[in-house]
Amino acid sequence: MPDFQRPKSLCDIPTHYCPGCTHGIVHRLVAEIIDELGIENNTVGVCPVGCSVMAYDYFACDMMEASHGRAPAVATGVKRALPDKVVFTYQGDGDLAAIGTAETVHAATRGENITIIFINNTTYGMTGGQMAPTTLPGQVTQTTPYGRNTDTEGFPVRVSEMLATLSGVALAERVAVYDPKSVANAKKAIRKGFDFQLKKQGFSIIEVLSTCPTNWGMTPVAALDRVKNELAAYYPLGVFKEGAVRNFNA
Amino acid sequence: MSERVLMKGNEALAEAAISAGCKCFFGYPITPQTEISAYLSKRLPKVGGVFLQAESEIAAINMVYGCAGTGTRCMTSSSSPGISLKSEGLSYIAGADLPCVVINVQRGGPGLGGIQPSQADYWQATRALGHGDFHVIVLAPSTVQEMADLVTRAFDLADEYRMPVMLLADGLLGQMMEPVVFKKREENGKSFDKSWAANGHGGKRKHNIINSLYLEATELEEKIHERFKRYDEIKAKHTMAESYMTDDADVIIAAYGSTARLARTAAEKARSLGIKAGVFRPITLYPFPVNELREATKTAKRVLVCEMSMGQMVDDVRLALECKIPVDFFGRTGGIIPKPEEILEKLKGV
Repeated sequence: MPDFQRPKSLCDIPTHYCPGCTHGIVHRLVAEIIDELGIENNTVGVCPVGCSVMAYDYFACDMMEASHGRAPAVATGVKRALPDKVVFTYQGDGDLAAIGTAETVHAATRGENITIIFINNTTYGMTGGQMAPTTLPGQVTQTTPYGRNTDTEGFPVRVSEMLATLSGVALAERVAVYDPKSVANAKKAIRKGFDFQLKKQGFSIIEVLSTCPTNWGMTPVAALDRVKNELAAYYPLGVFKEGAVRNFNA
Repeated sequence: MSERVLMKGNEALAEAAISAGCKCFFGYPITPQTEISAYLSKRLPKVGGVFLQAESEIAAINMVYGCAGTGTRCMTSSSSPGISLKSEGLSYIAGADLPCVVINVQRGGPGLGGIQPSQADYWQATRALGHGDFHVIVLAPSTVQEMADLVTRAFDLADEYRMPVMLLADGLLGQMMEPVVFKKREENGKSFDKSWAANGHGGKRKHNIINSLYLEATELEEKIHERFKRYDEIKAKHTMAESYMTDDADVIIAAYGSTARLARTAAEKARSLGIKAGVFRPITLYPFPVNELREATKTAKRVLVCEMSMGQMVDDVRLALECKIPVDFFGRTGGIIPKPEEILEKLKGV
C-alpha cells in the first residue's frame, strides 16, 4: 500500500484554516479527484470571497479569485471561452446562497458545464460568524445573538433541493464530512460532478455540510457531532437530482 | 467590407468589435444600447464566437472577468444605470489587471433618468468607475465611423496595458445612422503577451492566479504604483484629440462626443459673424489630452465647455488650463441636445 501523500494538485504550503475546520478535508477530496482524473493541466478553479478566498494559493491548477457571490458568473466566462477546460468553483454559504443567489440559480438553469463545491457551515466564517442564509432556526450567531428567529430572520435555504427543480442541473447532491464513511461518500459525489462536466452533461453542485468550530464556539469533535446530528437533520443528505441534461457528443 | 455602408452607431461598433477579434460578448438588455447585443447575438455565433445574455449587469461583467482572465478578447456593453451595476466588477478587473472593453452608451440620470442621449457619466468614467485607486482608458467617439474605429483601438490598448478600456458614447451616436467604412485590419495588429492567463497550465508552468487580493499592505502599494506607472506611459503616448479652426481662435469651444459636432456648427456660424471661434474635441477622456488642449488654446482668450450635463468635463479643462484662461460652461441635461444656436448665443456672451 502506498504511503499517505499530499495530492499532487494541492500545493505544498500551510493553509490558513482554523484547527478542526473541514475545508482541509474538502480541498483534499477535490485535489484527489483532479489527480485521479489527470486533469490538473486543464483545470481552472474559481474561489470567491469567504474563508476559502485564498484557495488560489492551495490548488496547483490555474486559479481565479472572484468577487463575493460571482464565482458562477466568472466560471461561466471561463467555460464559454474554453469549453474543453474543466472549471470548478468552491463557495461558501453566504457567498452562494445570499449575495450570489442570482448567479448560482442562473448558471444552474443555463446548465453551465461547471462543478460547484458548496460549503455549508451555517455561518459567515471569515467575517467572524454572522448569520448565514443557512443558519439553523434558533442558532446563535454574532448577528442573531438571541438565536435565529424565523419570524424576523426567515428560514434557512435548502440550496440542493431548490436547484434540483431546475432543468439545467445534472447533479444536485448533499454530502457531509463528519466521519470516514461520510468523507468517502462525499468524494464519490464530487467525482460524479466532475464526470458530468467532463461529458458536457450539465451543471453539477455538491453541497458539503461542514464545520466552523471557531465561530460555533465548539471543539472540533463537538463540531463534527453537530454536523451529524443537527445539520444533517435539517439538511438531509442525499441525491436530489442526477442525470445528464444534454449530451454534446450525441 | 471595405465599401461605405449605412449603419447605426451601435451596430457599427458591434461589427468592428468582431473584426477586432472580440470572441465573447456578455451583456444585459438596456436602452439605448440594445442594438449591440442584438447584432452580436446574430453575428458572433456565425463566426465561432460566444454571445451570452447574462442574468444581470453584475453577472455580465463577472463573466467578462472570467473570460478575460483566460486571455480571450471580450466585451460587455450597457448604458448608464447598467454601468453603475458593473462598478464592482470593473474594480476587480482593474485590480486583477485584465484586458477588456466596456461600452457605455450614455442616457440621462441619475436613477432611471431617461433613455435619451446624455453625457452625465463623464465623472463616473474618468474618476469613479469603482472603489479603489484605479483608472480605465476612456475613449469618446463622435461619429458612427469613430464608434467602429475606436472600438478596435480599445481592444489593442486593453491588451497592451492589461486594463479595461471604456468607450463612452451616448444614445445619439448609438441610434443614428451614418455611412461607415470598415477598414481592413493589419491582421489584428500586434500580438500581445498572455502568459499571465489562467487557461490551464498544461504542465508547462506554475499555476497562474488571477487575483486582486493583497493582504500585505506594501505588496498592495507596489501593485498600485506599478499600475500608475502604466497610466503615466499611457498619458505620454496615447492621448488623442482633434482641433478645428483653433490656430487663430479667440474663443475655443471644448466638447466631446456628439456635442462636439454641434459645437463645430456653432463655431462655423460664429466665424460667419466675425467671431474667431474654434473647437477642441478630446477623444481620450482618460487620460485627458492636456498638452493638446494647451496647444489648441494658445491664441484663445476664453474657453467655452459644452456638454450634455451640468458640467463635468469642464473640471478637466480648468485643471489643464490652470486658470490661465477663463473657462465658461454651457450644458443641457439628458435628452435635450444643445442646439448650435444656443451654443452660439452663449458664445456671443462669453
